[in-house]
Amino acid sequence: MSAEAIRVAGRSKRARGLFVHQLRSEQLVFWRSREAAFFIFLFPLLLFLLLGSVYTGKIYGVPAAEALLAGLIGYGCANTAFAGLSIQLVLRRESGILKRLRSTPLPAPTYVVALLVSTLIVFALQTVALFLVGRVLYGTPFPSGVGSFAATIVIGAAVFAALGTATASLIRSAEGSSAVVNFILLPMAFLSGAFGPTLHYPAFLRAIGDVLPLKYFIELVNAVYLRGHGVWTQPQALAVLAAWGVGGLVVTRFRFGWEPRER
Amino acid sequence: MHAIEVSGLRKAYGNLEAVRGVDFTIEEGEVFGLLGPNGAGKTTTVEILEGYRKRDAGEVRVLGHDPDRPGPEFRERIGVVLQQSEMWPNLTVRETHAIFAGYYSAPRNVDEVIALVGLQQKAAARVKSLSGGQKRRLDLGIALVGDPDLVFLDEPTTGFDPQARRAAWEMIRSLRSLGKTVLLTTHYLDEAEQLADRVAVMREGRIVRVGTPAELTTTDLETEIRYRRKGEEVLLRTDEPTRVLAELTAAAVARGEELEGLSVRRPSLEEVYLALTAEVEAEVAE
Repeated sequence: MSAEAIRVAGRSKRARGLFVHQLRSEQLVFWRSREAAFFIFLFPLLLFLLLGSVYTGKIYGVPAAEALLAGLIGYGCANTAFAGLSIQLVLRRESGILKRLRSTPLPAPTYVVALLVSTLIVFALQTVALFLVGRVLYGTPFPSGVGSFAATIVIGAAVFAALGTATASLIRSAEGSSAVVNFILLPMAFLSGAFGPTLHYPAFLRAIGDVLPLKYFIELVNAVYLRGHGVWTQPQALAVLAAWGVGGLVVTRFRFGWEPRER
Repeated sequence: MHAIEVSGLRKAYGNLEAVRGVDFTIEEGEVFGLLGPNGAGKTTTVEILEGYRKRDAGEVRVLGHDPDRPGPEFRERIGVVLQQSEMWPNLTVRETHAIFAGYYSAPRNVDEVIALVGLQQKAAARVKSLSGGQKRRLDLGIALVGDPDLVFLDEPTTGFDPQARRAAWEMIRSLRSLGKTVLLTTHYLDEAEQLADRVAVMREGRIVRVGTPAELTTTDLETEIRYRRKGEEVLLRTDEPTRVLAELTAAAVARGEELEGLSVRRPSLEEVYLALTAEVEAEVAE
């Protein structure tokens, strides 16, 4: 190997090492915070227990527990990748952690990718936990097409993470971040059918729901999990999700900052 | 080699000219104090050197790098203590140090650094349980864990009680003995006097004076001579203290008088600083 090749190899090995180090750090930071672990990881599971005991019979022609499970995977995705991520980012920005990290040799892309992968890991574990709870308590099946289902999870996490970073970029203070984010999250979850069917909602509420990304993500989960379709058979849902994702990236690109806004 | 070279540095935010043509150099191993009131442009200057902000004009070299393009080689060699920052509240002191150590290719031993900043007793404690002074020591620890050659300290003791300040000063002195170059911004004059080899006084985006604390206090203000005569307080200011004092005492001896309460005092850095920064207020008032 030439000296240059050795140097390049050394650099890529170091880049991988930094990524793994940062991913571990992110996981430590996440699970060490009881608030985060409770509100982000456990909350959808508790809602599943609650709603699962309320709704019985059939929703959309499938057992209620299965439809609820699909809706709560959607809620979990928005809760973890959108709400959790944006609140964490605002807190870190306003406390100066992001600014402080910028002065270290950790490259910004490595930081961002590690944070996103860490978020995806939390959401994936949460999804597994939802399936286990559903299986044990309500006899819900596991997804038939594992590849399509995994792709659905990754797509959802990516779209809502883009919206989460965009929202964090627009929020100016740590104080109001949690209120703002929940003010978006909870109505979105209701209108998108995450907590139960929306068929009996007034038409104007359903019209609002029709433009929200969560509705299309839940449709995607429904198609893949409840009806066993492949993820690529849902071009409309994918197109709407992609549009929201790109919108989130554009806002992030132009408005994201590493330094505290207050002060 | 110079650790930092700055010439003609300028930076404006909209209409506000925060830095208006700043020149200075800092030698390797030197502790350099940047002094000035709030809004003088200290933090803007330092943040340009740290690579946080791009300059509008001027030449800047930090450890031979241009901080406008801060690569990993540059980041490896600097340590930064920001004016205000909080770390992850639920991690321990040791975990926080270990996370930062992982960002550098040749970090120092984490426990050694924790001992250096005096947090051995708190190594296993959560960050949120630390006092304000302990949190600043944590900031210093994570700035040192990468074994930097150059350390930026932006108002490191603001809000400290006197005891905590003394402890922080001891730590900063220990950086000098490790051979680090330190750029310290502060608005405490005693801090600059205690710690810095050289001091630059900034006001309104410019450096108005550079020198050792001793140079600043001998060149800028006149020496004060005080005594009482017939119960009246007399104050003389002179830049020729030897001659004035000789004449004064000779005359008193000739008259057979004692100059009661005779004292000769060089101005403190604080007085020099107040004089330097007060000129502006006078100018502004005009």
